[in-house]
Amino acid sequence: MQRLLRHAALILVTVLLGGLLGATLVRFSPAFGVDEAELDPRRSSASIESIRRAKGEERNIPAFYLHYLGRMAKGNLGTSRTLNRPVLELVVTRLPETVKSVILGLLVGWGAGLLLAIPIAMFRSWALDIAASTLAAILLCVPTAVFALLFVVLRTPGRLVIALIVFPKVFRYARNLLVKSALLPHVLTARAKGLGNLRVFARHILPNVAPQLSSLAGVSVSLAFTAAIPVEVLCDLPGIGQLAWKAALGRDLYLLVNLTMIITLITLMANCAADLARPQGARA
Amino acid sequence: MRRARQLATVFLLLVALASAAAGFLAPSGYAHQFRDTPDASPSRQHWLGTDDLGRDRFARLLYGTRVSLCLAPAAALLSSLLAALIGGVAGFCGGRLEQLVLAGTDLFLSLPWLFLLITIRALLPLNLPPVTSVVITFMLLGCLGWAVAARVICSDAHLLRNCDFILLARASGLGGWRLLVRHLLPNLMPIVYAQFWLSIPIFILTEANLGILGLGVSEPLPSWGTLLRDLESCSSMSHLWQFAPLLLLIAAVSCFHLLVVDREFPA
Repeated sequence: MQRLLRHAALILVTVLLGGLLGATLVRFSPAFGVDEAELDPRRSSASIESIRRAKGEERNIPAFYLHYLGRMAKGNLGTSRTLNRPVLELVVTRLPETVKSVILGLLVGWGAGLLLAIPIAMFRSWALDIAASTLAAILLCVPTAVFALLFVVLRTPGRLVIALIVFPKVFRYARNLLVKSALLPHVLTARAKGLGNLRVFARHILPNVAPQLSSLAGVSVSLAFTAAIPVEVLCDLPGIGQLAWKAALGRDLYLLVNLTMIITLITLMANCAADLARPQGARA
Repeated sequence: MRRARQLATVFLLLVALASAAAGFLAPSGYAHQFRDTPDASPSRQHWLGTDDLGRDRFARLLYGTRVSLCLAPAAALLSSLLAALIGGVAGFCGGRLEQLVLAGTDLFLSLPWLFLLITIRALLPLNLPPVTSVVITFMLLGCLGWAVAARVICSDAHLLRNCDFILLARASGLGGWRLLVRHLLPNLMPIVYAQFWLSIPIFILTEANLGILGLGVSEPLPSWGTLLRDLESCSSMSHLWQFAPLLLLIAAVSCFHLLVVDREFPA
């Protein structure tokens, strides 16, 4: 319970600080506080002055931030300047697409990484080790956007690119951990006493590496969301990543800051869940 | 492994030399357009053919390599120096300052890297002059990439603070900046070097991602990111010479990875 409260407090503080950072960015962005209505020649100087006065209240950062927080608490994330739609509506429409891509990418990436790392550690297959390590090393050298472009050219589902980004990190980390654990004295003793591979793995190796792997699970969520931007842009998947790119090109900072905050919240929650899933006292 | 590292060093040196001599090796400037031969296949005049605007691909590859290969280490140097300063001072001072810095790095690390990068990039005009866009892109990478390295350096400085030689120096009356500059920083250098070499491939790949998304270096100046953007117009695998920038990028990043392994644990 104490851990849960500590994590909740950490998330709250991070989101509040991140929000302040975001609000400061929006406040100092070029053309902040300028309204197109000011350029309308039909408006009188008094009405232009009143528009400027209304916008002027937002120039004070603390007041602007409090106003921003107040609106956020009511579920109002503002309106996208480029798409002219409420940010919350855009997020609700597009988040499921990104979550689908991220979950698929994580499942395939983790599945492939563990499927290759476990036999390498258990059976010490050097041929498989060299082949898989070389593949992971090559995949680590290719930018995500290039994979996405190649998948478009080859007409392959773009969502799988996220798996290609997650796989080498998971494979390398899991392989090193498992190989190290498989050489620990108590594991060698268990083998010498005739315990089968499956039992050695399930009872002596897995409990040893589970805390570190759960930490990696948290980190890989952030990795997958970051990879989602180029994937969704280049493979034309209507998700949060594509929305962030459109917002960046349109200099829609309100939308971008809110998207960054939402993804930060999701990754923080994933990290906390990974931390809470670890047995108490175990540290990665 | 040692032979592989030597080969990696030689390869990177050759690539760096070729890009430095782009003015002599390239048949034309990176922006020169051969209007009679757009989208040409490789020939004696254009070794890697030309792009859709008639610009020589080989010349653009050499100049693009120069941009990426010079500025990624510069950004890595900036981020390593920032990390050494922030992490080193925090670890050395300890107490509240260290906690504050660690909390700050945690906040920074919890913000998704590419989202943060494009948010800050969006603050700046998208139609910047090419040279300004290069400087801004790599400055952003350098200024935003310090957090992981700062955490590592901070924990190392924290360990060093309690070492016998530091305690002895303190007992001898040395304190403050002299202790930091003469004893702590020289002992932190191996970890700063390792972080520097680790950052280079990360920055090269990030610049490539930004370039492909149109948020990196502005045209007509080439970089590996903008050159890889041409793959978007590649509708099939038949024009294999278009993949030359990708192959060079993979080779260079692999070489940097090999060098990182070499320099991660110096004697």
